[in-house]
Amino acid sequence: MDAAGVATGDGTYELPDHDTLVALYRAMVVGRRFDAQVTALTRQGRLAVYPSSRGQEACQTGTALALRPQDWLFPTYRDCVAVVTRGVDPVDVLVSFRGDWHCGYDPYEHRVAPQCTPLATNTLHAVGVAHAARLRGEDAVAVVLLGDGATSEGDTHEALNFAAVWKAPVVFVVQNNGYAISVPLHRQTAAPSLAHKGIGYGIRSEQIDGNDAAAVYATVSSAIASAAAGGGPTLIEALTYRIEAHTNADDASRYRQDDEVAGWLERDPVRRLAVFLSSSGDFDATGFDAEAEGLAAGVRTRMGTDAPVSPSDLFEYVYARPTAALARQRADALDLPVGGRATMDGHEPGGRGIR
Amino acid sequence: MHQPVSLAGALNQALGDALDADDRVVVFGEDVGPLGGVFRVTDGLAARFGPDRVWDSPLAESGIVGTAIGMAMNGLRPVVEMQFDAFAYPAFEQITSHLAKMHNRTRGRVGLPIVVRIPYGGGIGGVEHHCDSSEVYYTHTAGLRVVTCATPSDGYRLLRQAVDSPDPVIFLEPKRRYWTKEPIDRAVDGPELHQARVVQPGRDVTVITYGGTVETALEAARIGRDEGYDLEVVDLRSLSPFDDETVTASVRRTGRAVVVHEAAGFCGYGAEVAARLTEQCFHSLAAPILRVTGYDIPYPPPQLEHHHLPDAERILDAVSRLQWEGEPHHG
Repeated sequence: MDAAGVATGDGTYELPDHDTLVALYRAMVVGRRFDAQVTALTRQGRLAVYPSSRGQEACQTGTALALRPQDWLFPTYRDCVAVVTRGVDPVDVLVSFRGDWHCGYDPYEHRVAPQCTPLATNTLHAVGVAHAARLRGEDAVAVVLLGDGATSEGDTHEALNFAAVWKAPVVFVVQNNGYAISVPLHRQTAAPSLAHKGIGYGIRSEQIDGNDAAAVYATVSSAIASAAAGGGPTLIEALTYRIEAHTNADDASRYRQDDEVAGWLERDPVRRLAVFLSSSGDFDATGFDAEAEGLAAGVRTRMGTDAPVSPSDLFEYVYARPTAALARQRADALDLPVGGRATMDGHEPGGRGIR
Repeated sequence: MHQPVSLAGALNQALGDALDADDRVVVFGEDVGPLGGVFRVTDGLAARFGPDRVWDSPLAESGIVGTAIGMAMNGLRPVVEMQFDAFAYPAFEQITSHLAKMHNRTRGRVGLPIVVRIPYGGGIGGVEHHCDSSEVYYTHTAGLRVVTCATPSDGYRLLRQAVDSPDPVIFLEPKRRYWTKEPIDRAVDGPELHQARVVQPGRDVTVITYGGTVETALEAARIGRDEGYDLEVVDLRSLSPFDDETVTASVRRTGRAVVVHEAAGFCGYGAEVAARLTEQCFHSLAAPILRVTGYDIPYPPPQLEHHHLPDAERILDAVSRLQWEGEPHHG
């Protein structure tokens, strides 16, 4: 559908059914409210940093809802809305941005990998998970989210190549939001499109309107079905826009004009689906706003108190079992009686044992 | 009696037995399939286990380690090969940012039982980028186990232990010992993955080393005996974690220590060993701990590498400088 919410399908993909469109709309309303609440909490100093998803809700909810329960999602740091849509507890998602730990959720519970901060490294992990699924005879597809900047990284090249050679059941969804922090796309690539990049690897590639949730859902669903049927990987370039700055620490006015942002606000993914669904008649969104407010209130409350953190945890998860040296360092950090002294040649450092 | 087996052959047997023992184990990398690897460590495995267990990957080291991480997340136990030490550097980000940290980032929910095999070190007349001793890049990274073997028997044992480890293991194979032969018994008991072993008992000096220079230290011990020094040689095996217990016990017994490795001395592994032993054994030491290492230079070309690599003579020279008062006190 276009920016005005008018259906424009050319028949390549079937329009998702009404219930799916309603589910997409609901997820976008909830996701946008979540994002706004977290941005507010970040301004209040409750989070160390937050990269907003605002403007990219269609890409993120369309992808997350297209996944089957057995499929894997490999998100980046900017994909909190996708992770929440997949079912991960919103406060668990924020653990890393609050700074309590790195990944706050169990990746196996919803099959969501830890949000990836180094660019493009997660593309290879997705290929590995997908290839392992094929080797083990498991019907699971890995879907990896990456940005326009990440397509310049070497790991993206390697992942596309490995996926194509191995015919791995993996889907690459490039959210092309126009900027890698401050660097615009034309300084990132000379390719006619990012979808073109898949062609050289022998990968089926498509460019879609990433602010059209129906298009994202239909394309990703089709790519997942193809991968699951043994058709190998697909690369999808979803054209979208990051309405907020890179993070709360960024100043987007240094590298882009207000009228550009205003132009993209006209193409808002949430509003256009609302218009489309309203035109169908049978549509009541009032419950979604209440749900979104409820989620935001819950996040406010739960983020209002500091989570308990323990220095003991620093030493627990470095290896499957703490090494002897880490056990000593833990005792030292926690001021426990069994310190590094135990190995000190029978003499205390600087104490009476010194000759 | 068992036939003598080379280190490369022992590692090959270890991989075959590991693939046999656990169908989650897979082996992949560059040229590891029909060719059997450039050092033939995977010889015959592709034919024996098929292309879903042992296969050639595209030529990309970050891709190899990165996809292995995904496979381990999804239930497999990959053993991957980097063709040479310096060719592993493209995988450095995957190793340090992901392989080493996943268990920690996820509070232990995701473990990565992966072995990254890296033929390392010089002494084989290799041209540039084929002879680096890259161990400290990995030992400095928490979350990785870093081990290296010195003999066929221990190579077999150590590789089986590495494959069974729940932690990611950087498995360093000293290239110049690949063709050393001895009968092996394919036992996995004996020292554990994290343990050092005393390979030559002695009373005067503890020579602490690992990988390719263990044999060099043993040669120094043989020659040293004629010069009146009774050297104890410790093969560290595990560079990370470090086996304080075995090493400090030896140094407290002998009172003197020399650390030997091929890699450059500056910020090298020996610096950590010397610092730890000084902290833990100061009152037992009769002399400063000395290091015998490669020079602080890029790895030299084949015609010059013998100047760079520690040999028995340099080890014994260091031994002679350990502040002896009169004769060594043995005998």
